[in-house]
Amino acid sequence: MRNVLIICQKELRSYFASPVAYVLLSFWALIFGYFFWSELGMFVKYSMEVQMSGQSYPLNINEQVIRGLLQNMAVIGLFFLPMITMRLFAEETRSGTIELLATSPIRDWEIIIGKWMAAVALYICMLLITVVHLLFVFKYGNPDWKPVVIAYLGLLLEASAMLAIGTFISSLTKNQIIAGAVTFAVLILLWVFAWVSSYDNSTWARVLSYMSLTTHSESFMRGVVDSKDGIYYATLIFLGLFFTARSMESLRWRS
Amino acid sequence: MINVSELTKRYARTTAVDRISFSVEKGQIVGFLGPNGAGKTTTMRMLTCFLPPSAGTATVAGFDVLKKPLEVKKRIGYLPETPPIYPEMATAEYLKFVGRLKGLSGADLTKRIDYVCERCAIADVKHKVLGKLSRGYRQRVGLAQAIVHNPDVLILDEPTAGLDPKQINETRDLIKSLAGDHTIILSTHILPEVEQTCQQVIIINQGKLVATDSVRNLQARARGAESVLVEVAGRTGGLEPTTVQQKLEQVSGVSSVSCRQQIDSRAIFEVESQKGGLVRGDLARAIVESGWDLNELRPASMSLEEVFLQLTGSEAAENAATGGQA
Repeated sequence: MRNVLIICQKELRSYFASPVAYVLLSFWALIFGYFFWSELGMFVKYSMEVQMSGQSYPLNINEQVIRGLLQNMAVIGLFFLPMITMRLFAEETRSGTIELLATSPIRDWEIIIGKWMAAVALYICMLLITVVHLLFVFKYGNPDWKPVVIAYLGLLLEASAMLAIGTFISSLTKNQIIAGAVTFAVLILLWVFAWVSSYDNSTWARVLSYMSLTTHSESFMRGVVDSKDGIYYATLIFLGLFFTARSMESLRWRS
Repeated sequence: MINVSELTKRYARTTAVDRISFSVEKGQIVGFLGPNGAGKTTTMRMLTCFLPPSAGTATVAGFDVLKKPLEVKKRIGYLPETPPIYPEMATAEYLKFVGRLKGLSGADLTKRIDYVCERCAIADVKHKVLGKLSRGYRQRVGLAQAIVHNPDVLILDEPTAGLDPKQINETRDLIKSLAGDHTIILSTHILPEVEQTCQQVIIINQGKLVATDSVRNLQARARGAESVLVEVAGRTGGLEPTTVQQKLEQVSGVSSVSCRQQIDSRAIFEVESQKGGLVRGDLARAIVESGWDLNELRPASMSLEEVFLQLTGSEAAENAATGGQA
């Protein structure tokens, strides 16, 4: 565990010692700020219309603002997450520092988990920025906090799974750009696999749609914890990290 | 301290290291010598547990590299060909990271960092970012990194590559001063480096072990037979090389004479004498007494370089030799 923390700390340090973390965080804040502002604006306009027409449509800030906002953020995450993981291993293999790690008295899985944890930690920083915005909603409105917490849990699990996949892909190449692009492509595919279920109901379509990330984020977003989805994400995380370990091992047999 | 037997590394099509065996005593500096691509780095990577061997065994401080890699790694300090540094880290921060990675912590760690900074003369760049350091400093930081946990064995892959002559000397002195505390294996394709720093040499070529011996023995082997280059000129224009050759062969102690080159009335001969024979004076007398001019007479004693060429005996070796002079 000590070794995992050493690696994690070092990775976090290099995220924040280089512009990577700042660029990601500030543009994430910019995009989220815009989404927040426009969603809230729409909600305010809608609620005024409702008031003026005198009708009593149900207004729900959880459903109409927060849920949409967080779902959008999950999509934006698709673009940001590859940029977090692409350097994790690719940079070390390119610069040769992987030799230092691999010849230190530390196990492969400690390196892998440490790096993945650092990526997750950076994502948590991104989530914290969004929390700050939502605090205003809580201050001036009275949304239900439980579904929000569950939605955040869902976002975190989903991103952790995606980061595990990204970590694996980064360990396959020396080239950060390739790692980033391939991760992006794989994540997009996992995202849209669910679409087949809308026009096809055969077994493979159902398998494909089960594999999709979107299928499993829905219930979390609605504020429901479904163990099936939790298991899906846990499996994805495990597989991602497991294949990273295999890939690190093969690196030694190949090089 | 290090025992290697029948160590082999095979890739899909090539055999990078082919059944190498050697052993290194505690406290020694061993030079790992061979042309580029001979398998030096691969062997070192197997010793450091970076690459698993395809066959054969290697033990470091009594631990097998395949069965007990963690124990081996604890006892090894390794400097790869390019120092494994993170450009965004400062020197002290980097050493702290490596030290913790190797299992140091607390006051111990701080003490070791101060010690290696002083030892490797990098105290003045302790708070500078590594990416901004010069090649020489980076190399020294690399060395500091390798010794930070006070390992029993130091494995240095071409520690002087890419340094300027002054830095090369400093690095060599540093390495020499580290012997005793540590057992050191360093690889190089530069022969004088081995002559100056190492006690023992392991020569490999194309993945095979060519020779393993002490530097002194190898030098002795080189100087066993003395060979002399003689340039003779005819006084009156013409010179018949065969006559000169016959004349020289008659000098006592000479074992063979061959004509290397002939330009007009001058000719250069290589004269080999038997072991221990001092023939230079006799040669000079014989030439002058025969009425020729003696233009030049110099020992062509073999350096390690030539032993190396003899042993590896291929184009690759010649490349290495010229590389060494560069």
